[in-house]
Amino acid sequence: MATTMAKALNAALADAMAADERVLVFGEDVGQLGGVFRITDGLQARFGDKRCFDTPLAEAGIVGFAVGLAMSGLRPVVEMQFDAFAYPAFEQIASHVAKLRNRTRGALSVPIVIRVPYAGGIGGVEHHCDSSEAYYAHTPGLKVVTPATVDDAYSLLREAIDDPDPVVFMEPKKLYFASAEADLSTRTEPFGRAVVRRPGRDATLIAYGPSVPVALEAAEAAREEGWDLEVVDVRTIVPFDDETVTASVRRTGRCVVIQEAQGFAGVGAEIAARVQERCFHALHAPVLRVSGLDIPYPAPMLEHTHLPGVDRVLDAVARLQWDDQPDARWLPATEAAA
Amino acid sequence: MTTTPRAVRRASPRARRRPANPADPARPLLPDAEPVSLLDPTGTPLPARTDYPEPAVDLLRELYRRMVVGRRFDTQATALTKQGRLAVYPSSRGQEACQVGAMLAVRDTDWVFPTYRESMALVSRGLDPIEVLTLLRGDWHCGYDPAARRTAPQCTPLATQCVHAAGLAYGEAHQGRDTVALAFIGDGATSEGDFHEGINFAAVFKAPVVYFVQNNRYAISVPLSRQTAAPSLAYKGVGYGVPSEQVDGNDPVAVLAVLTRAVEHARAGNGPFLVEAHTYRMEPHTNADDATRYRDGAEVDAWRDRDPIVRLEKYLRDRGELDDEAVAAVAAEAEAYAADVRERMNAQPTVDPLSLFDHVYAQPTPQLIEQREQICAELAAAEQEGDA
Repeated sequence: MATTMAKALNAALADAMAADERVLVFGEDVGQLGGVFRITDGLQARFGDKRCFDTPLAEAGIVGFAVGLAMSGLRPVVEMQFDAFAYPAFEQIASHVAKLRNRTRGALSVPIVIRVPYAGGIGGVEHHCDSSEAYYAHTPGLKVVTPATVDDAYSLLREAIDDPDPVVFMEPKKLYFASAEADLSTRTEPFGRAVVRRPGRDATLIAYGPSVPVALEAAEAAREEGWDLEVVDVRTIVPFDDETVTASVRRTGRCVVIQEAQGFAGVGAEIAARVQERCFHALHAPVLRVSGLDIPYPAPMLEHTHLPGVDRVLDAVARLQWDDQPDARWLPATEAAA
Repeated sequence: MTTTPRAVRRASPRARRRPANPADPARPLLPDAEPVSLLDPTGTPLPARTDYPEPAVDLLRELYRRMVVGRRFDTQATALTKQGRLAVYPSSRGQEACQVGAMLAVRDTDWVFPTYRESMALVSRGLDPIEVLTLLRGDWHCGYDPAARRTAPQCTPLATQCVHAAGLAYGEAHQGRDTVALAFIGDGATSEGDFHEGINFAAVFKAPVVYFVQNNRYAISVPLSRQTAAPSLAYKGVGYGVPSEQVDGNDPVAVLAVLTRAVEHARAGNGPFLVEAHTYRMEPHTNADDATRYRDGAEVDAWRDRDPIVRLEKYLRDRGELDDEAVAAVAAEAEAYAADVRERMNAQPTVDPLSLFDHVYAQPTPQLIEQREQICAELAAAEQEGDA
């Protein structure tokens, strides 16, 4: 059946609410309106306004309220309307959501799902397009998940709601309305498993969320240049699947990590470091990163320059020392000139 | 800035025109301009109030007993910092009426959301003092079981617990239970956004929460005048549609009476209630603070004359409900309590480095398993080195 990621997420919420009456869905505009992206469409009508409801416009309040609800035995699923609007909730997330289990030696757990529509590519104006995953991934105690396919959107959200730990569920906005054949009745791979979306022999592209379709498109385009590229979809940033990633890079010997977020101190940097630590002797070239620029998210008419596209990925692949020559970009100026 | 204690006068019995309270038409939304007080600072009873009936005398004797034990615990904890047994201790000396009164106003099934200054309240609630002091001793962040004791971990980030209390109280009501949540907060933390978001959420969702502000006049060194220009912190309820009251926080009888009614208000389904208690932190912020840098001795002395324990003792003695023998028995109990705390705190706690990995997630991630193995190896190597 052809459906969209938005509809798959909606179905996951509805099925989870039907399966477990402890599941509550709340946030800004999620009730009657069904969310600004319509992810909660119809939930209030079906489950009532005690199960799906609007809150005051206060993100710290929404997440803190969820902490208290979870302490009382409920399973809150909250929506942050946009990535950058979630920042007021950061103290609640970092100091309480992430730490309560640890602080109390397991006596309290807060199985909350915090849904964050994130990243760009939709022509959004200021403060609507941040890639904020690194803030959460850097915080022990949180799981951080981001689907790239319609099937995964459904399955990962169901698993997030069932998970005993708090999950920051990052939804790539630009993939919301892309349609695909999907079978929502089955579950995909569990948390902690990355998936090879496209097998290849020559190099591994590692991507997650909005960058997975870019990686797949780049791999397709690379065929014309004679490269057979493998694409790994990380899916769950935390817990991270070193095993699948490492196995792929050991097979191919070359690796490019792709993320839409700004590059410095990002998730891609962590992945690149982990790959080098584990695959050094199998590598024929340095692990390269392709990311957004280290700038505040740009205005809509400039975002295409910021976002890593197929050409930038292919440029990186071209620099993977196929002729066994060092990358001129990294040589000291004198040597490079010589 | 005036630093003399607010004059505590009996509230005018005359009806005043105040905005109606939609949650409970019987009580006005604006608090009375004067704090509720039932005993004057000498322990002499003020004229009785029909809106705040005096608690039963058995309860007042229990309040006295727990305040004396609580203060002795507090003194002992400060002494333990000097012996290096506690990393730090924020004293609540002088705030006994608030600390203990609040715990007598709630049921065991109610939830309490304390801050780091509520150690006295928690031992008064019956929590094991060693478990309460675990945070400050430093062997773990929370020593008691919050679920079993219906007591959240002592909250160090300011005001964040105000939203948790709203969520917990709403969640309990949602599941058909009549639990009330009592959230402690200090004067300084009322400037934090989470105080406002918490009280607003509780009001909108009609959650049964009592927000209890202990206005002890200082946030470490910063005086109340730098926190607010409002006539009273209790007035902050008005903007959220939350009724409130001020109380003389050094009058144990008034504190218990006001909080008892606030808890009843919440439990009856009227939504949250805000109480501001005017009190004073007799000690520095913590043992590591030097209060002489920001307040003078005369101010502290003036508050010493308003001691809540002296006040209640005088009142109960005058009523013939307390005699020398009973006072001595309570003092002896307090000494025994302190001796037990001292003795048990003298034992060096055992900490297990490998427990660091136990409760990060329900199941450790592969990365944590790797790190655990690394620490195991480090520990084994260190042990071998020690043996050699």
